[in-house]
Amino acid sequence: MKYAFFPGCVAKGACPELYQSMMAVYPRLGIELEEMHTASCTGAGVLQEKNVQLGDVLNARTFALAEQRGLPIMTICSTCQGVMSQANARLTADARYLDEVNHILAEEGLTYSGSVQVKHFLWILLEDFGEDRLRSALTQPLQGLRAAPFYGCYLQRPTEALQFDRYPGRAAALERVMEIVGVDVVDFPGKTRCCGFPILTINERNSMSMVAMHTSEAKRHGADIMVTPCPLCHLNLDGMQRRAAHQQKTKIDLPILHLPQLLGLAMGLSPRALGLTRNIVSPDSALAKLGITV
Amino acid sequence: MHTILRVRRFNPESPNPAPYDQEYVLDLEPSETVLDGLLKIRETVDDSLTLRCSCRGAICGSCGMRINGHAMLACKTKIVTVAPHGGLIRVEPMSNMPVIKDLVTDMEPFWQKIRQVEPWLQPEGPPPETEYVVPQAAMQHLTGVMACIMCGVCVSDCTVWEVDSTFLGPAALAKAYRFVADPRDAATMRRLLALNQPTGMWDCTRCMECVEVCPKHVAPMDRIMALRAKGMSARVPSTCGSRHAEVFTDIIRQKGRLDEPLLAVKTLGLRNWGRLLSMLPLAIQSFIHRKLPPSGPLHRAIPGIRSIRRIFARVEKRS
Repeated sequence: MKYAFFPGCVAKGACPELYQSMMAVYPRLGIELEEMHTASCTGAGVLQEKNVQLGDVLNARTFALAEQRGLPIMTICSTCQGVMSQANARLTADARYLDEVNHILAEEGLTYSGSVQVKHFLWILLEDFGEDRLRSALTQPLQGLRAAPFYGCYLQRPTEALQFDRYPGRAAALERVMEIVGVDVVDFPGKTRCCGFPILTINERNSMSMVAMHTSEAKRHGADIMVTPCPLCHLNLDGMQRRAAHQQKTKIDLPILHLPQLLGLAMGLSPRALGLTRNIVSPDSALAKLGITV
Repeated sequence: MHTILRVRRFNPESPNPAPYDQEYVLDLEPSETVLDGLLKIRETVDDSLTLRCSCRGAICGSCGMRINGHAMLACKTKIVTVAPHGGLIRVEPMSNMPVIKDLVTDMEPFWQKIRQVEPWLQPEGPPPETEYVVPQAAMQHLTGVMACIMCGVCVSDCTVWEVDSTFLGPAALAKAYRFVADPRDAATMRRLLALNQPTGMWDCTRCMECVEVCPKHVAPMDRIMALRAKGMSARVPSTCGSRHAEVFTDIIRQKGRLDEPLLAVKTLGLRNWGRLLSMLPLAIQSFIHRKLPPSGPLHRAIPGIRSIRRIFARVEKRS
């Protein structure tokens, strides 16, 4: 299995431990990755506030580059996945619009036919790799660890662009992978809600209220850790958690792990190799439950 | 089909008015709706069950409630879509508004926000002798947003309203867009200036809950994004929200990928010392954890950035 790898800005920027853990994990799954160094940012829904078509052309360029290589795209960010899925849905739903976008791309020597599959690593694990192969790649089941899932909005909505009707397993894919990894999945209502990151600079109070609400709720339900496939959620839930706790005059201390970090632990990789020392909220006490020391 | 409706009950007049769940076992056809089930309960099992409904055809917007954790119209929700093989269906009142009794919520907070955006046409000059005439094409794009039936479902599941009830919310903002984008309306700038204030169009997180749950496909969040675009085009005073979009776009134009520290600093504003200083501990924290990304001249553009810049120029010229 080979993919055109689209890491996204945050995995190569403010969340380097996501990229680091992904690089540590994927060879053990036998997946081949070809990183898309010349691909641009998806626009993250922010550039689209200014100009939706501009976002669609930039994403069509990325799709065309993958098409040239004959590869599906793999993402590791809920936001990148959601924005690309929405762009792909608009481009493939309307042949005239696709023609218009291709006309703009033509001067770059590129054309997009509409055939590219864009898949988050989470979905690839279940849909392409398969549960049995995933199980066989794990050497250290994480039994005894209680983990809460947190998706990131764009990996849950809108369900039409994310093709939930065609792939019904996507709605609860994170819980499924976590079960296979061996953790006790802690279900809580906030798992599909917003982490508050998009309004961090606009309304910090509301953003922190969301961080505190979801992390406290997961903790109340008994979680030792939270796991997310979205680095933007991670930035807020991990990096801003202390500030959120301070605002709500409470103590939270819930370690937030990236999905590849969790998988890496179940493969017996060291916390250091997975960049866990870079996480802001220390996972030490949670990992101690598994007999793992950082 | 063997179905269990687990209904959240609440009676403020009972000696113990705490909400509780009550289960009703019913035999329902897959094609029947959740509202059919609730009415069957009220008519044959428990006439104290309180709910609001009228048209049974997804027109009146009365029967909004949460079904299996998401707000929906009970009359539009078939049993087969929420419990394909029968079994348990959870039914609760809408969130983000006070509960009056059982499944009936107080819609006043919803209506108060709708009134706040002045949802009526405000044309300029003396009224014409007959009707206001506009080309069909100028109104066609508004048909989607005019389909709103004011059911409150989007407000129920709004993630911002959940933490801040002063937020205007998706329904009122979509309604505001309906008038801002109406070619007959002359209060556009005044409306945009009001929406540009805190609790307005920039407070939306873009979580898309409202897009997902709206039973009439109004896509309130898309209208909020369109309001933001109109605000920026009309050059309403900049806010952290508008600067975020402007700076983000500019960074992608220049570098093809995000320069996160630069985005944060320019969004907050170079003269906004208070906010900038408040971000300093976060920068130090990131540095200590070896995750402070390079910025400015140390942050390189992607290979092939010229292609990105040419695309920007071409698209912006066209629009």
